Amino acid sequence: MSQYALNLIVVGSTFLLYIGIAIWARAGSTSEFYAANRGVHPVTNGMATAADWMSAASFISMAGLIAFVGYDNSSFLMGWTGGYVLLALLLAPYLRKFGKFTVPEFIGDRFYSTTARLVAVACLIIASITYVIGQMTGVGVAFSRFLEVSNTAGLFIGAAIVFFYAVLGGMKGITYTQVAQYCVLILAYTVPAIFISLQLTGVALPPLGLFAEHQGSGVPLLTKLDQVVTELGFASYTEHHTNTLNMVLFTLSLMIGTAGLPHVIIRFFTVPKVSDARWSAGWALVFIALLYLTAPAVGAMARLNLMETVYPDGASGAEGERFVNDFVDDLVMTIESWRPIDPTPA
Amino acid sequence: MTEETGSNAYWRANIRLVKVCLIIWALVSFGFGIILRPLLAGIQIGGTDLGFWFAQQGSILVFLALIFFYAFRMNALDKKHGVDEESPVATQGTRPAVNESDRGAPR
Repeated sequence: MSQYALNLIVVGSTFLLYIGIAIWARAGSTSEFYAANRGVHPVTNGMATAADWMSAASFISMAGLIAFVGYDNSSFLMGWTGGYVLLALLLAPYLRKFGKFTVPEFIGDRFYSTTARLVAVACLIIASITYVIGQMTGVGVAFSRFLEVSNTAGLFIGAAIVFFYAVLGGMKGITYTQVAQYCVLILAYTVPAIFISLQLTGVALPPLGLFAEHQGSGVPLLTKLDQVVTELGFASYTEHHTNTLNMVLFTLSLMIGTAGLPHVIIRFFTVPKVSDARWSAGWALVFIALLYLTAPAVGAMARLNLMETVYPDGASGAEGERFVNDFVDDLVMTIESWRPIDPTPA
Repeated sequence: MTEETGSNAYWRANIRLVKVCLIIWALVSFGFGIILRPLLAGIQIGGTDLGFWFAQQGSILVFLALIFFYAFRMNALDKKHGVDEESPVATQGTRPAVNESDRGAPR
């Protein structure tokens, strides 16, 4: 069977599953559509929140961001998970306590003002549209790869599928679709990570493998990685190279941004009680942490694996320089090949 | 104890809990993970220093512990001050939403 057919069957069947769930759990009332009738178990809601929130950025790009920069990009790990502390302590329980369906409703009622409510709606739409632009670009890239179509065509196909199950199922359908999505997502992410960890360190759990000994050289994995990348003329992996204040502010902005995401906040309206909203934020971070503890390991191991594969004998002097130049050329060519086929920017 | 002092005590305990949690939250991420990393450079872990571990793993684990600790303490606090929702778990949303806004934090 060709790779293309295999892709179609595997990815197609996951979409059939999601649409099947949406039809089975379709919304029948306003409360079901907006808040899944406030009947979602906190663990289920946590899992759905995790799938809802971990998107193109976490799944496709984060391990790569860490792999190519190392320590300095830890901001993504701390920022995107640290936001959940703010969400759990300062926002989610209070919004759930108020017992409304949306944040603008809360703002409007709290400040007795339709103007405040309209401002909240405008903020919500601006934040959501900005977010959706990034996400849909990711959808376009993913669909164009597996269906072998242009980015734009991929984007429209992806949007049509999402539209179908979101409108049909409302919050209730989406909750169960997202639980299924989480299972698919976490398996797809952790299974290859376990194998690369076993190959490089002999430790099955990637987060432990990251700090374990590198098989073959006997030195810790991160020490080995630092040696290899500095030998090739790159900046070291574990050291801090950027401005400290910049890193602090960047991390803080990622945290505040995470805590304010409209599609995450709205998930906390679906649980039965205020106490459940508190537990639910914790469960969401448990399911997110499974991926976020794996990502830095994937980053470091993939970087080491890449370096060792393309340059097995290490590099010294002129040879190393030539390697770096070739590597940069290859990288530029690879990025060029990702360009959309049609002239529309992706 | 009057109603006013009761809800004040509840609110003060709530604020204290949130403050403690946020101090720890900032300490492990901005502190150990970034600003205080040079101070922790002497402590080696798996080929690098403790600051790197906090930045890529430790802070996430502490965040997890913090949220569960907060949820546990806050739910206990709700019960103690009688502002929890005593209704059974399997409500399935039959409770009218209006009642909820009348309970909880003092205004």
